[in-house]
Amino acid sequence: MTRQLLKGNEALAEAAIRAGVEAYFGYPITPQTEVLEYFSKRMPELGRTFLQAESEVAAINMVYGAACTGTRVMSSSSSPGVSLMMEGISYIAGTEVPLVLVDVMRGGPGLGNIAPSQGDYNQIVHGGGHGDYKPIVLAPASVQETIDFMDLAFDLAEKYRAIVVVLMDGNIGQMMEPAELPPMRPVVRSEPDWAVTGAKGRERRILSSIYIQPEEEEIVNIRLLKRWNQIEANEVRFKEYFVDDAELLVVGFGTAGRISLSAVRAAREEGIRVGLLRPITLSPYPYARIRALAGQMKGMLVVEMNSGQMLDDVIRAASGRVPVEFYGRLGGMVPFPDEVLEEIHRMAAQPASPNGNPRESWMKRLAIIEG
Amino acid sequence: MPVRGWIEIDERYCKGCELCLNACPQSVLSLDMDRLTPKGYHPAQLSADGCTGCAICAIVCPEAAITVYREVSTRRARSIAA
Amino acid sequence: MTTNAPTELVYQRPESFTETVTHYCPGCTHGVAHRLVAEVLDEMALRERTIGVASVGCSVFAYNYFSCDFVEAAHGRAPAMATGIKRVLPDRVVFTYQGDGDLASIGMAEIVHAAGRGENITVIFINNANYGMTGGQMAPTTLPGQKTTSSPYGRDVEQMGFPIRMAELLATLDGAGYIARRSLHDPKNIRQAKKAIRLAFEAQVRGSGFSMVELLSTCPTNWGMTPVEALRWVEERMIPAFPLGDYKTME
Repeated sequence: MTRQLLKGNEALAEAAIRAGVEAYFGYPITPQTEVLEYFSKRMPELGRTFLQAESEVAAINMVYGAACTGTRVMSSSSSPGVSLMMEGISYIAGTEVPLVLVDVMRGGPGLGNIAPSQGDYNQIVHGGGHGDYKPIVLAPASVQETIDFMDLAFDLAEKYRAIVVVLMDGNIGQMMEPAELPPMRPVVRSEPDWAVTGAKGRERRILSSIYIQPEEEEIVNIRLLKRWNQIEANEVRFKEYFVDDAELLVVGFGTAGRISLSAVRAAREEGIRVGLLRPITLSPYPYARIRALAGQMKGMLVVEMNSGQMLDDVIRAASGRVPVEFYGRLGGMVPFPDEVLEEIHRMAAQPASPNGNPRESWMKRLAIIEG
Repeated sequence: MPVRGWIEIDERYCKGCELCLNACPQSVLSLDMDRLTPKGYHPAQLSADGCTGCAICAIVCPEAAITVYREVSTRRARSIAA
Repeated sequence: MTTNAPTELVYQRPESFTETVTHYCPGCTHGVAHRLVAEVLDEMALRERTIGVASVGCSVFAYNYFSCDFVEAAHGRAPAMATGIKRVLPDRVVFTYQGDGDLASIGMAEIVHAAGRGENITVIFINNANYGMTGGQMAPTTLPGQKTTSSPYGRDVEQMGFPIRMAELLATLDGAGYIARRSLHDPKNIRQAKKAIRLAFEAQVRGSGFSMVELLSTCPTNWGMTPVEALRWVEERMIPAFPLGDYKTME
């Protein structure tokens, strides 16, 4: 297949279509509205289902209904809209039907702005809807990765009857890059043995998230946990660059990771032994790999477009074996590679204190920068 | 002559709500105050002659606890037999 | 009773009604509404291609009482869930069963838009002028002056506004195909309610747009009345506030 110049939002929709998505329900919100508009044009062309809902609340519940029938279905939104979907996501988790959701993150909290950010990491990876469940979270850093992750998202969601969130920084949805789309896969219309489709020729089925007896709810919670343990054991994904002989490790996801890679390459040309680990799955998180790498490093630098949300996961993974520092930009600001390079210079010249507070020292450095 | 009917009230379901008593045009239903259903209600019962199998009790029953039968009227019986 | 004459079965529990004993209070007309829907599903032979959407309220376990496929929606979201199902399986019969809190309060956006879009779903709306499951709080359908646990001095229209008439409201929408309000307080009205429920499901099967039957129902426990007294309250107080009738019919 040929590479074309593709816009992130449109590419992910086309990739989902080629992966066999049969229905899309969504609502406009910047910076992902192109996803909705693209589906509104393509789905009728293919005789598949598209509907613009009256709100994100309605959209996620339409997805919930369609998912209960075993149909391959998805939605997309951005930070404030995803907040509205949290109730629906929890219900979908409790009912154990598959969900693929694309979250194109923007500045927040509240109405915020429409610039890119990574401010929803905690909401998606650690928080979200109420109750004991964990989603699988994929973090692409390019249009190509976004395309590749759509197919993976549906497969994982259906394999584990799980929630899969494709967590994209706002810029990835908006930017255009050369990328390759996969070939069109036929829609596979299979009925899973839990699907609700009308009880013809079989026992009737009920799909619900209510288990009024605590004894039964506990069994469900344990079942979800056991499934999560399998996901943790089998589905951790990450990419590494220049780590073999590295003394410094930069950890960043999505756009922050990609920008850090430019800085790491520049630092390597100057002879600094720095590497990058870019998690692909934010959940399950590559704790084990970071813990292992911590043994060979003199310092780690976490780079994010938020106030240090993944930072806490890296600190936990490092288990006190290595000092962890932080660099972040907030509110929709995107760092330049030379900002990260400056951090690398600083850490290479002057090793960090193992007892430091990474956020505090970063805020002090920001003050120096702002002047 | 009015058709004769009779009903069966399934005591698994009857909650003694008295809606059937209230609705019965022949007033042949009452609660049996000497017995309790498995759930602890006094069940409704046919306690007098005169049921016509009109099924109004079944129409008002929220539990679908009532099965209604009636004799086929003599005219219909003759046409069935024919 | 023994007889030598030939006998016939006049009425028995519908097949689409499961054998499970309901949890509804004695005399609560939820049971009558369930029974009527089950009878219609039987008579129209729809059970095997029907998917019900249960909502949140006293009827949250409705799926235990109907023997068709069922899903459970979040509070107020049943029309959206039903939309999702009907859009991907347009040849199945999809119905929601909702109370006044679920449909007219938290779910107001979802029901209006499902009707506005003309979704070919059928909605059974139980109006008993209060929030039953949570213990009798004020609902959008609570009458002026009516005392509930969250309007202990009686609904004061200055502070808390007026009841909302859902049948009239939704009937203004072009997407609505069949909207009716009936009552369950006596045998004649129950028979008419069943006819309306049948017309609503027929509207769906014909693809005539959104169909809803609003059913005035009793809540003896939270109204503090006997089941028979509660029937009177529906007749004397609710019907004047929520007039019975057909508000939208198919041409």
